[in-house]
Amino acid sequence: MGKTKDKSGPLARRPDNSAFKQQRLPAWSPMLTANTVLPFFYLLAVICMLLGVWLLLLVQSTQEIKLDYTDLGNCNECFDLRRNVSNAVQTCSCRVEFSIDKSLKGDVFFYYGLKNFHQNLRRYMDSRDDGQTLGRIKKLKNPSSYCAPFDKDNDGVPIAPCGAIANSMFNDSFTLNYHLSSSRIVPVPLLRTGLTWYTDKNVKFRNPRADNLTLAEVFEGTRPPLYWQKPVYSLDPHDPNNNGFINEDLIVWMREAAFPNFKKLYGILNRADPIFEKGLPKGNYTIDISYNFPVQHFQGRKGVVLTTLTWFGGQNHFLPIAYLVTSSLILLTAVVLTVAWWKFGKDGKNMKE
Amino acid sequence: MTVLTDIPEKWLPVVLPIKKKKKAGFGGGKSKKKRTEEERRVKANDREHNEKFQYANNCIVTSKYNILTFLPVNLFEQFQEVANTYFLFLLILQLIPQISSLSWFTTIVPLALVLSITAVKDATDDYFRHKSDNQVNNRQSQVLIRGSLQNEKWMNVKVGDIIKLENNQFVAADLLLLSSTEPHGLCYIETAELDGETNMKVRQSVSVTAELGDPNNLASFDGEVVCEPPNNKLDRFCGTLYWREKKYPLTNQNMLLRGCVLRNTEACYGLVIFAGPDTKLMQNSGRTKFKRTSIDRLMNTLVLWIFGFLVCMGVILAVGNAVWEREVGSLFQSYLPWDPPVDNFMFSAFLSFWSYIIILNTVVPISLYVSVEVIRLGHSYFINWDRQMFCSRCNTAAESRTTTLNEELGQVEYIFSDKTGTLTQNIMTFNKCSINGQTYGEVTDPLGKQPKRLDFTPFNPLANPDFCFYDEKLLESVKVGDLHTHEFFRLLSLCHTVMSEEKSEGELVYKAQSPDEGALVTAARNFGFVFRSRTPGTITTTEMGRTVTYSLLAILDFNNIRKRMSVIVRNPEGRICLYCKGADTVLLERLHPCNQELMSITSDHLNEYGADGLRTLALAYRELSEDEWEAWSESHRCADKATDCREDRLAAAYDKIEQDMKLLGATAIEDKLQEGVPETIALLSLANIKIWVLTGDKQETAVNIGYSCKMLTDDMTEVFIIGGHTVQSVRQELRSARERMMELSRGKTEGMEAWAEACFMGNGMKDGQEGDCTTGRGSKQLHCSSLPPSASGDMDSISGEFALIISGHSLAHALEADMEAEFVSTACACKAVICCRVTPLQKAQVVELIKKHKKAVTLAIGDGANDVSMIKSAHIGVGISGQEGIQAVLASDYSFAQFRFLQRLLLVHGRWSYLRMCRFLCYFFYKNFAFTMVHFWFGFFCGFSAQDVPDHRSLEYPKLYEPGQLNLLFNKKEFFICITQGIYTSVVLFFVPYAVLSDATQSNGVPLADYQTFAVTTATALVIVVSVQIALDTGFWTVFNHMFVWGSVGSYFTIMFALHSQTLFRIFPNQFRFIGSAQNTLLQPVVWLTIALATAVCVVPVLAFRFLKLDLKPQLSDTVRHTQLVRQKRRKPGGRSIGGAWRGTGSVSEGRLGARGGSRRSGYAFSHQEGFGELITSGKNMRLSSLALANFASKHSSSWIETLRRKKTNHTPPSTSGECSPAPSNVSGTCPALSNSSSVLGGSQETPIEEETDAAVVLSSSSHPAASEPAEPRAPAQVAPADSSTSAAARTDSPGGWARSLETVQEALFGRRGCASASNTQVPPCDATETPPH
Repeated sequence: MGKTKDKSGPLARRPDNSAFKQQRLPAWSPMLTANTVLPFFYLLAVICMLLGVWLLLLVQSTQEIKLDYTDLGNCNECFDLRRNVSNAVQTCSCRVEFSIDKSLKGDVFFYYGLKNFHQNLRRYMDSRDDGQTLGRIKKLKNPSSYCAPFDKDNDGVPIAPCGAIANSMFNDSFTLNYHLSSSRIVPVPLLRTGLTWYTDKNVKFRNPRADNLTLAEVFEGTRPPLYWQKPVYSLDPHDPNNNGFINEDLIVWMREAAFPNFKKLYGILNRADPIFEKGLPKGNYTIDISYNFPVQHFQGRKGVVLTTLTWFGGQNHFLPIAYLVTSSLILLTAVVLTVAWWKFGKDGKNMKE
Repeated sequence: MTVLTDIPEKWLPVVLPIKKKKKAGFGGGKSKKKRTEEERRVKANDREHNEKFQYANNCIVTSKYNILTFLPVNLFEQFQEVANTYFLFLLILQLIPQISSLSWFTTIVPLALVLSITAVKDATDDYFRHKSDNQVNNRQSQVLIRGSLQNEKWMNVKVGDIIKLENNQFVAADLLLLSSTEPHGLCYIETAELDGETNMKVRQSVSVTAELGDPNNLASFDGEVVCEPPNNKLDRFCGTLYWREKKYPLTNQNMLLRGCVLRNTEACYGLVIFAGPDTKLMQNSGRTKFKRTSIDRLMNTLVLWIFGFLVCMGVILAVGNAVWEREVGSLFQSYLPWDPPVDNFMFSAFLSFWSYIIILNTVVPISLYVSVEVIRLGHSYFINWDRQMFCSRCNTAAESRTTTLNEELGQVEYIFSDKTGTLTQNIMTFNKCSINGQTYGEVTDPLGKQPKRLDFTPFNPLANPDFCFYDEKLLESVKVGDLHTHEFFRLLSLCHTVMSEEKSEGELVYKAQSPDEGALVTAARNFGFVFRSRTPGTITTTEMGRTVTYSLLAILDFNNIRKRMSVIVRNPEGRICLYCKGADTVLLERLHPCNQELMSITSDHLNEYGADGLRTLALAYRELSEDEWEAWSESHRCADKATDCREDRLAAAYDKIEQDMKLLGATAIEDKLQEGVPETIALLSLANIKIWVLTGDKQETAVNIGYSCKMLTDDMTEVFIIGGHTVQSVRQELRSARERMMELSRGKTEGMEAWAEACFMGNGMKDGQEGDCTTGRGSKQLHCSSLPPSASGDMDSISGEFALIISGHSLAHALEADMEAEFVSTACACKAVICCRVTPLQKAQVVELIKKHKKAVTLAIGDGANDVSMIKSAHIGVGISGQEGIQAVLASDYSFAQFRFLQRLLLVHGRWSYLRMCRFLCYFFYKNFAFTMVHFWFGFFCGFSAQDVPDHRSLEYPKLYEPGQLNLLFNKKEFFICITQGIYTSVVLFFVPYAVLSDATQSNGVPLADYQTFAVTTATALVIVVSVQIALDTGFWTVFNHMFVWGSVGSYFTIMFALHSQTLFRIFPNQFRFIGSAQNTLLQPVVWLTIALATAVCVVPVLAFRFLKLDLKPQLSDTVRHTQLVRQKRRKPGGRSIGGAWRGTGSVSEGRLGARGGSRRSGYAFSHQEGFGELITSGKNMRLSSLALANFASKHSSSWIETLRRKKTNHTPPSTSGECSPAPSNVSGTCPALSNSSSVLGGSQETPIEEETDAAVVLSSSSHPAASEPAEPRAPAQVAPADSSTSAAARTDSPGGWARSLETVQEALFGRRGCASASNTQVPPCDATETPPH
C-alpha cells in the first residue's frame, strides 16, 4: 500500500513524498507547434521525394522478363493432357521460345510463378508437420494429424513428407537454353541450390538421421505424397545432398506464399560460364519444360520470370512510386497547414483563452 | 386502560394521520419483505419461547462469501459479466478443431488471468467485510441470563434477551427500554449514526418497567411484547407490552435503536426486540449494489457494437468464404479436400464464420478489461499516495476502497452531501457577541499576530478549559463590572434548558439538548456566570464567585413559531426578571421603543455575524413588577389549564409578557465548518458540479450552513422553500417556484434585450408570455403530462441563481412517481438544493431520482450510518473517515478525512483518471482495429479461410498499460474516430506491405511474398505505427513513458526474436514454425522501406489533424475551466465590496433583515426542540411533555416554513382559517409533519390506533393554523404602533423637550409604558432624546 508501517507518531500513515507517488515526475511535454510541425512536414516530404527518386532510378535499372507458359506454344498439348487427372502418370514436355532484347546484367534469377494458387488457406497451411520435416524419426512414421488426409495413404502407410502442402508441390522442371546462334544452343547453367533461407535449409528442414543407413533406407516404410512421381529421397538426381527433406525445391515450396499469385525461386544463373559471365546476353532463348503441374482445375496460370536485382530486391515499381506520391501528398498537406497557420493560427491567436 | 390516562385526548389524533400517511406514502412502495412476518411476539427472558419464531439473531453478515462458497459463487458472478461469458464461449469454440483458427491457450491464459485477478480482488474485499463484521459481532454486551449479568458477544444476543447498556455504549440491537438509572426511566441517546442528528434525544421506559430497576427484578420480568414486523421506519414503532394481565402501548419513545449511543445515562436495561438484520439500522441500509462507471457502461455498449461489427465482418467473410469455396475452393479440392464433416461450401462457410469470430475477437479484446483494471488500480494507488489528501490531524490518508470507479470521478455532475460531520465539524463555538452596541470577539490584528487565547482559570476556577475566546476586551468588561455585560451573561446562565451534572466540586458537565445552548451556557460559565444546578423551581449559579439561587417562576418554552424562549426568575433580592433569547426577527419587534438606536447598532452587528455565517441570537430582558407577574401568572395558569386550543392560549399568554423588553445584545455562534468547505464548494461549483445538501437536520440549521458554506449567497435571485404537506400543495409550490424562476429570468433577459429596443415591445411580450403561463396553470391534467419536457426545455434557459430548500415530508411527496419529473426539473434549475429532515432512505431516493432522470454521475459524501444508503446508491460514495462511525466508510468507495479533499479527488485525480482512461480506450480501440482489420483484409486474399496474418503472440507488449495523458474525451464520436483511424491504419498496414512485397524479393533473390515475411513485416509496421501513435498521444513524457514506449518496442523485437528462435522451434516445431523469419525479414532494406512508408502514411494525416485542431481550435477543456476560475476571481472582490457596501448602509441592511434575515439568522430555531422547558418545570412525569414536544415539533416545524414562505413570496394567499376553527381548506394543517426525529410518537393510548375516528383528525387539525396564524399577522401590527408612538412622543416632547433632562424623558416614556422601575438605570439611555426634529 505504500505505507511504511515502521514509522510511528501522528504522521505515521502519511504517504511517502516521492515524485512518483505524488505524480510530480519531471516530464517533457511536447507541443505540436507550428515551429516543429511545419518544418517536420517539409523535411519529411523532401526525404520521401529523394528516396522515391533514388529508388525509381534503381528500379529502372533492373530488368524483368515474364513468360506465362500455361498454354503457350506447344505447351498447349500438355495443358490439355493435364486436364485429365488419369493422365497424371504420362510425361509431357514442351518448349517455349522467347527473346531478350537487352541483356540482363548481373545476377539473374529464375522464378516459376503461379496464379490463383492459394497457398495461404488456413487448413492448407496447417497441413504440414514441421516435426517430421525436422527429421524426427518418430514423426516420420507417425505424422501429425494436421496432415490429414495426407498423413497416411489408403493402406495406412505414413506419407513423408505429409500434408497438403508437400502433396501439392510444384513439379514442373525447366531447362533454359540460349541460342548463341541459329545452330548452337547452349544450356544456361542454373544453380539449384542457395535458393532458401539459411535457417530453412540448416535448421528447419533436416533429414532423419540414422546410422549407416542411406536416405532411401531411412525413408523405408513411408510413402511419397500421392501426387509425387519421385520419392523424397530422390528428388534431385544430380546432387545427393539436395535430397530428402532438405531438397531446396521442397523447402521453397514449403515456404507458403502469402497471396494467391506468387513466384518462387527456381534457380540462379551460374555466371561461372564465360558466356554468362555478365548475365544473360541478348538473343533468343528457349525453355524446355517438363510439364507436370496441372493448373486447369483451379483456373490457375503458371509462368516463369527472369529478373535481375538491385540491393533492395527485384523489380518493384510500387515502392518508389508510393514514396513519390506520399512525398507530394505530404508537401501538399504541409502547404495547406502553412496557409492555415499563417491565416488563422499565427502568433498563437487561438492559444489564448 | 391503566396507564397514560392522563394524556389529553387531543394528543391521540396526531398519531393517526401519521400512521395513515405512512401507509400511503411509504408502506405501499417499500414493504417488500422477504419474510411475511405478520407481527412479532417477543417474550422477555424466555429464549425457548422466542426460538419458536426463528427470529434473526444479532449476527450481521455483510460479507458475500465464505471459504466454501467463494469459488462457485464468485465464478457465477463473474460469468454474469458479458465479456467473461463471451470469452468462455470463444474458448469453447476454439476447442472444436474444425473451427479453431487460433490455439486455445491464446484465450484461456488471459481469461484465467482476468478471472483470477478479479477473484483475488473480490476475496480481499470480502475479507475486509468479514473482518468488520467480526469486529461488530464480537463487541461485548452484558446480557441478563438466569438472573445474572454475563458478557456476551453481540452476535450471541437473542431476541427476548435483556441487556444492560452503559454510558457511551453503542446499542447492540433494537431494544425496548425497560429501566434506567436516571429517574423516571429516562435515558438519553445520540442518534447520529441513524439520522445524523447529534442532538440528545430522550427515551423513556414504560412506567411499570421503569420501577424494575435492578437485575434481580428484571430477571423475573416475563412480559410479552407484540409489535410490528421489522421495517425501516426509524421514527415509528408500534407495539404492546402484555405483563401481569395488563396491556401497555409501546411507541418509538420507548425504543433504543441499534446504532444509537447512550449518553448522559449511567446505565439502562433493554429488551431485545429486533436483532441483527431485522434492526431498523440494517433495514435502512440499502442493498450493496455493484457499481460500474459510465465508461464501463459505454465500454460495454461499444463492445456490443463491436461485437455486432464482428458478426458483420464474420458474415461478410463467411459469405465470401461460401462464394470462394464454390467458385475456387471446390476446384482446389484435389489439393485440399474438405475436412470429413464438411461436405459442401455452405457448411464450410458456416465454420469459417465461427473461425473468423475467433480470429477477429481481438477487436473485443479481453486484455481491454485487464488493462482497464490495471490502470484503475494504478490510479487508486495514486489516490492513496496523495499527500495532499492526508489529514495530519487525524492521521488518515485518503483511501480508495474500490478500484473500479476512478475515471468516473472526473465526470461527477451532482454531489450529495450530508451536513453534520461532513460539512460541519459539529462543534458549536461561542464566537462573537454584541453587548450594548459594542461588538466583541472581532479579532483583527493588523500585524497578523496570532491572537492569544484567553486564559480564564486565574479569573474563574470553574471555567471550562476547552473554551476558546480571543477578545480580551470582553473579559475586561466583565472584570470591570460592566452592568450590561453582567446582565448579558446572567441571561445566558439562566435562560436555557441545559441540565448540569457536577461529578465532583467544580467539575461541571452540561447536558444540553442542543449544542448551541451548550456553547452559550459554557460561554457564560467561563465569563464568570456559572450555571451550577437546577431543580424544577430553582436555578443555582455562581456569579463572579458568589453563589446565587434564583427561583424559577416560569419557562416560556421555545417553539418554532415563537422562535424564542424566556425564563422568568426571581433573584434572591426578590426582583422578578424575564430573560428572553430568540431569533432577532421576532425579538427585535418586541423591544421597548426606547431601544431604537441600540437596536439598529445591534442589528448591524447581527447582519455582520449573519454574513459571516454565524448563528445569531438576540438577547433581551425585562423587569417585572410583582403585580405584573401576578397578573400574568394568573392568565398563564388559565391558558395552561384550558382544554381547547391550549397552545394558542399559551402562546398568546407568552406573547403578552414578552413585550417591551430591553435589548441586551446578541450572540453569534459558529457551527464550525470543516476546513476549507466554502472554498471547496465554490471551486466545485465552478467546475459545474451541483451540490445538494441532504440532511436529517432542521431546515433552519441546514439553511444556515448553506449560507455559511457559501452554497446560498445573498446574491441569489431567490430562495424557494418547499414545505407543503400534501401532494397538491407540494406540487403547487414547485410549480409556482418554477414559474417564478421563468418569470424572473425572462424578466432579466428581457430587461437586457428589450430595454435597448423599445419599452412597449417588452411589455407586449411580457403580456403574451404571462398569458401562456396562466393557460398552463389552468388545466391541471394537461399541465401535468405536458409540463416536464416543456419545462425542462425552459429550465435550460433559466438564468439567475436560485436555491431550493425542501423538507422531508414535502420530499416524500415530491418523490412520488407523478411528481418526480416536476421536482427534478425545478430542483435542477437551482444552483443549490438543500433537503432537510430527510430520512436515510429518502437520501437514497433523491440520489436515485437524479440518477434516473438526469443520467448524470452522482457522488454522495457523508460520515454517518445515516448516509450509508445514499453512499451506496450514488455512483460514487465517499465516506469521511477519521470520525467515530465507520459505517459510512465501510460502505463507501473512497474515504478521506475532510470534505475539502473532495476537490482534489474530483478535480485532480478524477480528471486525470478520466483523461487517461479515455485516452487509453481511444488508443486501445484504435490499436485493436488496426490490428484486427488487417485480418479482415487478408481474408480477401486467403480464400476467407480464417488464416491470420501477423504473429499475434508477439504482440503482447506492455504498451497497453501505458496511460495516455492527453486531453481527449471518450464518447461514441471519439470512439468512431478511433475506429476510423484504426481501420485506416489497418488498410495502410495491409495494403502497403501487400503492394510492396507481393512482387519483391530479397537481395539474394528469395521472394519476400511468403506468408511469414509478410506477417513479420505487417506486425512490425503495426507496432511501430502504434508506438509512434502513442508517442503522439503522450502529453507528458516522464521517465516511465520513455521506459514503456521504448521498452515496449524493444520488448516486441525481443519477444519476436525469441519466438522465432531455433531453440523454441527445436522444442515445439509445430508451434514455433516462424523460425528465422524475424532475422530474414528484418535484414531486408525493402522491409524497412515498407515500414517507413506505412508509418508515414499512417501518421502524417493524424499529425496534420492534430496540428490543425491545436492551432485553430485549441482544446477547450483546460482553458474553459481556467477561464472560469479567472473570471470568478475577478468577480469575487467585487462581490465582497458590494457586500460591504450594504452592510454599511443602514437602510439596506434593514431591508435585508426583513427579506432574508428570518431564514438565516434566527439562530434559536436551529437545533432546539421545545418541550424541554416543560420537562424541567414539571419535574415529575416526563412523558406528557415529551408528547407535547412531539406534537409541537411536528406541527410547527412545517407551519413555520409555511409562514416564512408566505412572508417571502407573498404569492400564496394567506390561510383563511380563523382562530380555533376547523380549516379543512388549509392544507398545512390536515397532515402533520413526518418527522424523523424522536418527536413523532406512535400510538400513545391503550386502544388500537386504528379505532380512531376520522372526526378526530379534523378536530386535531384545528390547532395548527391556530398556532401559526396569530403570531404572523401580529408582527407588523405591533411594530407599527410602537414606532409611531415613539416618534410621536419625541415630536411632542421636543419643542420644550430640549430643556428636559434625560430622566424625565425616560420617565415619560417608560411611565407611560408602565415598565419603569427603580433599577431602570441599568438600561441604556433611551434614544428618544436623540431624535431631534430637523
